[in-house]
Amino acid sequence: MKKIRTPQGLEALQNSLLQRRDSNKSCVRVCIGTGCRARGSVVVAEAFRNEIKKQNLEIPIDTKQTGCHGFCESGPVIVIGPREIFYQRVKLRDVPEIVSKTLLNGEIIDRLLYVDPTTGQKVLYEHEVPFYEKQRRQILANNGRIDPTDILDYIAVGGYQALAKAITTMSCDEIIGTVEKSGLRGLGGAGFPTGRKWRVCHKVPGDVKFVIGNGDEGDPGAFSDRSLMEANPHSILEGMIIGAYAIGANQGYLYVRAEYPLALKHLQIAIDQAREYGFLGSKIFSSGFDFDIKIIQGGGAFVCGESSALVASIEGKVGEPRAKYIHTVERGLWNEPTNLNNVKTWASVPLIINNGADWYAKIGTEKSKGTAIFSLVGKVNNTGLVEVPMGTQLKEIIYDIGGGILEGKKFKAVQTGGPSGGCIPEELLDLSVDFERLTEAGSMMGSGGMIVMDEDTCMVDVARYFLDFLQYESCGKCVPCREGIKRMLEIVTNIAAGRGKKEDMDLLQELAETIKDFSLCGLGKTAPNTVLSTLRYFREEYETHVRDKKCPAGICKDLIEYFILEDKCTGCGACLKLCPQQAIDAYGLTHTIDPAKCIKCGICRDACSFEAIMVK
Amino acid sequence: MAESDHEYSKVDKIIESYSCEKSALIAVLQEIENSYGYLPAWALRHVSEKLKVPMIQVYGVASFYDAFHLTPRGKHLIRVCLGTACYLRGSARVLEGLERELGIKDGETTRDLTFSLQSVRCLGACALAPVMVVGERYFDKMTPTKVRGALKRVRVYGENEKD
Repeated sequence: MKKIRTPQGLEALQNSLLQRRDSNKSCVRVCIGTGCRARGSVVVAEAFRNEIKKQNLEIPIDTKQTGCHGFCESGPVIVIGPREIFYQRVKLRDVPEIVSKTLLNGEIIDRLLYVDPTTGQKVLYEHEVPFYEKQRRQILANNGRIDPTDILDYIAVGGYQALAKAITTMSCDEIIGTVEKSGLRGLGGAGFPTGRKWRVCHKVPGDVKFVIGNGDEGDPGAFSDRSLMEANPHSILEGMIIGAYAIGANQGYLYVRAEYPLALKHLQIAIDQAREYGFLGSKIFSSGFDFDIKIIQGGGAFVCGESSALVASIEGKVGEPRAKYIHTVERGLWNEPTNLNNVKTWASVPLIINNGADWYAKIGTEKSKGTAIFSLVGKVNNTGLVEVPMGTQLKEIIYDIGGGILEGKKFKAVQTGGPSGGCIPEELLDLSVDFERLTEAGSMMGSGGMIVMDEDTCMVDVARYFLDFLQYESCGKCVPCREGIKRMLEIVTNIAAGRGKKEDMDLLQELAETIKDFSLCGLGKTAPNTVLSTLRYFREEYETHVRDKKCPAGICKDLIEYFILEDKCTGCGACLKLCPQQAIDAYGLTHTIDPAKCIKCGICRDACSFEAIMVK
Repeated sequence: MAESDHEYSKVDKIIESYSCEKSALIAVLQEIENSYGYLPAWALRHVSEKLKVPMIQVYGVASFYDAFHLTPRGKHLIRVCLGTACYLRGSARVLEGLERELGIKDGETTRDLTFSLQSVRCLGACALAPVMVVGERYFDKMTPTKVRGALKRVRVYGENEKD
């Protein structure tokens, strides 16, 4: 009988797990999150298991496949306990050496250590890597520590104790009060106070209520939800069960992108195990509370991140949002009261119940409490997942944690909030990041994408890119969004192609404001943000495109030309061989490009080892 | 094209496993897509009849979500990430390179049904940008120059070659 019925039973299980697990025993933790997996970490993990068996070791060594550690740049990463030695970029061929040297003799293999690029020092432990040092990992704390497919790992680190506490010692009112007092806000992007939402849903009369976990992370350049679902699925379940208990729901749904197969797999395993242990099912912790969770696979539509569109999608319909005067907390899924939160919000709940509202409220800024998770990507040295207290400055995230701009180039802008967000220029690098400050700057928190752009990024092209995304993803229900974004895209495309007119910028501004005011849902309301913010901070760049028909960053194809510097060209022929258009001539000692044939694919520039090919 | 009873009963089984629930429409279509690689027209009509959902609604759902395809797809599905991180690092040029090399446009399939080309918005592997995935196999830090070699390796070794 595995079912846990009392808090004492849970504690006894945790204690016996901790006793059984020798903390001095060596344990190799291999990251098998999507980033490391793509670089072959699953093969590395298998190799460790085989190698340990093969070398027939006297001392027992554990291997563990964990979720994302966050430092994707250095993948595959492994951590060797109990000393917590951090190895990066581990290849299959390194495995036998790691087993025989580090695991058996405690020797450190120098070449696998991380080198701090600013000091040139080698770093031995994961927490000393500058990327991690400046973070405050709370929601992500157990990512990389536990095996996401083993509920016992989660229980050993204190899992499900918040649930036990909530159900056996707190009333629904107390739980909601604690969440309200903590100041937790929706981490899916909008930042609506979670406690208030729960309160309303709790109060709405009705016997049937639902809770939904939103894991439909559609923002390009954001992967924090995915990492959490892959690495610590039980934390999401625990939060949802507590929320359902407080609100009075008996059925929950997790809506997850079909593009995240590993997250889907780990969540399903977690749900099955939680049922086995009685955390899901009937009479949870011997109370009168029954609850279960079902996973729904998303169909790959960005708009389904919006609550009413997501609800429509669960009902098997086309994912179109509806007008907001009826709130989903009152009439949501199948017209019953429904409370929807992002998976990160749900995962924050157990932390708040365990540590108290005051503990959580102490972290962060006046109006934004707790931590924020960002996917730090783009032209930055350390790509990865970053969790920092609300109020951390942009430059701390980009330079101290992110290690600055790729190839020493110049910073131009940082884009937050995905397609709904905006671009923030260099002048605002000391901005403290929280819900309010980002909105004031013309961007938003969104799902936590933070995309760093350097001098080689064209802001007109960035605006065009996001408009293209949004016009494709617009569901087409309301006119301002469906027609407006398309027209904006046409104008920006014209500007990028050198067909822009002087009055275009004002027209864009006017269109943007109309779409913002009159669209039905969040997608349309926030769609113009990239255009508005780039017009606000980078108007000069638009003007150069319109007036001079030039693209300063050398990106917009119709405004650039490839040419070869005669003094640098050695006539080696590398570009000539690869050019798909036969546009390169080799008369004389050096090469020349025939602009009439050139399609500006850039292959020749990639191929040139002498930096002889330029764009003007 | 008349489909055999066998094919129909295969689809029936999927529908019945969801107890012919109307709300299971998306899940049913997902399973059909998984077993055929696309949604055949006869299967859509059959689903419409069995679930008693009007064909216009079935078609609406099938054409709304990116997860569904209405034409057969190639043996190898090439996905090129056009997420913001990949885009900034030049994935649009990789996509163009693939289009040139394969002679098809984004979203199309080669005539010999070997390759389907599809751009996607973010695979969440931003550290590997620009990234291209063939089946389950990742190609990281792609450039247009690497396209030809990558395709050749997939043709010769398939999707599961290990580095």
